[in-house]
Amino acid sequence: MSPPLDNAVHTKADSIPLDSIDVSDPRLYQDDVWYPYFARLRHEDPVHYCRASLYGPYWSVTKYKDIMQVEVNHQVYSSASELGGIAVEDQPKDMDRPSFIRMDPPRHDEQRMVVSPVVAPGNLANMEGLIRERTGRVLDGLPRNETFDWVDRVSVELTTMMLATLFDYPWDDRRQLTYWSDVAIANVRSPESPVHSEEEKFAELTKMAEALGKLFQERAQLPPKFDLLSMLAHGEATRNMPFREFMGTLSLLIVGGNDTTRNSMTGGLMALNEYPGEYQKLRDDPTLIPGMVSEIIRYVTPVIHMRRTAKEDSEIGGKTIKKGDKVVMWYVSGNRDPEAIDDPDNFIIDRPRPRQHLSFGFGIHRCVGNRLAELQLRILWEEIMQRYPVIEVMGPATRTYSNFIHGIRSLPVRIPA
Amino acid sequence: MSADMPKITYIEYGGREHRVEVPLGRSVMRGAVENNVPGIDADCGGECACATCHVYVDEGWLGVTGTPTPGSQEASMLSFAALGQPNSRLSCQLKVSEALDGLIVRMPEGQH
Repeated sequence: MSPPLDNAVHTKADSIPLDSIDVSDPRLYQDDVWYPYFARLRHEDPVHYCRASLYGPYWSVTKYKDIMQVEVNHQVYSSASELGGIAVEDQPKDMDRPSFIRMDPPRHDEQRMVVSPVVAPGNLANMEGLIRERTGRVLDGLPRNETFDWVDRVSVELTTMMLATLFDYPWDDRRQLTYWSDVAIANVRSPESPVHSEEEKFAELTKMAEALGKLFQERAQLPPKFDLLSMLAHGEATRNMPFREFMGTLSLLIVGGNDTTRNSMTGGLMALNEYPGEYQKLRDDPTLIPGMVSEIIRYVTPVIHMRRTAKEDSEIGGKTIKKGDKVVMWYVSGNRDPEAIDDPDNFIIDRPRPRQHLSFGFGIHRCVGNRLAELQLRILWEEIMQRYPVIEVMGPATRTYSNFIHGIRSLPVRIPA
Repeated sequence: MSADMPKITYIEYGGREHRVEVPLGRSVMRGAVENNVPGIDADCGGECACATCHVYVDEGWLGVTGTPTPGSQEASMLSFAALGQPNSRLSCQLKVSEALDGLIVRMPEGQH
């Protein structure tokens, strides 16, 4: 969000030497102090080389139009797991877990097409009633006049239910999926991480792949049905994946299928509380919800960055990128670029062209579940506004130590009686 | 000058028709967006990067518009669009010319 940052943060961001700016430091996101660093980079050095970081040297692409240039040129800017994949931090070589987000064409295309029908318009229309009914039930069960954690009671609960449906996973064990999602995105250096080494993470994700592998095997023997495991089990391009690729694919679908939407569900409520005038606009006119949903997704930017690796020498914004260089597209920054988005630091629920934001990425890796995410958020806000005109944020959120997933771990809120 | 502008007909998924004059050189996508024709989202703004301006070109017009070159960015983005058909195009890649005067395009059930 954009809280008034204290002057010390601004002064530091504005005064440290340009070449010592390292926006890959996860503390910037956990402490929510990243804004002035990117404002400075966009202004002074929009394609910025960081020589030394915990993750080695990397380029930062910070402007909307430069990010778009990288997004559409997958021939040069590769997502391949063998080259390092899609995050500034490489997965350890002997433990890397490929999946279609970490592949280039043609394999990316073949695998993506196996799962995409589950989130296509026709199926979304089928799911809308179910999502609405569950959302209503979760909201009806919330306490009044008492502080509770919105993340656990609403954001995690709703997205976990969605995930269990998409996988047709045993209902009572569904929070297991959320746990694996948290493991998959964990930064093992964080004290709050559920796992504390790459080995431990690999071991937990192995358990995930074994548990879901059993269901996958069962469904391979049954006629195809419309859940992700059955689709993978019957898909030409996915039914014989090596074990680590199976792990990677499940991690991708689990994280993509819940964590990002979870954080938008929380971030939207925070934004409305930060901007009471916008909250009032919403109360006065709930037909603003669809546009507001896009604005929430832009403002929250649930995925902080995506990384590519240059396969040949190229140029971005006048800088020469060498073959083999890491190129990081900072979506948080592109979504705050005033050259692409008017008044980008403010949350404006009825802004024109709200769908033009970078949060879903662009090009062949554009978020496959984007329409499902929007549907869930739209229904959530429609159902909230039917019940609760005011939900108050009672204290600060706690955030995830990550430079990749823009996570909100808890948010105390209260619904007035 | 509007008499000189090519006319494009957009047909919504539900069947509603919009006949719109679009200036030469504009994309068929822009023609829809600038005239508030619903059903085309154009999330990327015309960069051929999202497939949310997907349309079906009327069969009679396919000879004029052509189909995307195999292996092109448009073909690649369209291959991920739900509900793709042989007459699918991304309307941001169709530039309005005199030859397209009278073009008819239909919208899919949803953009994805």
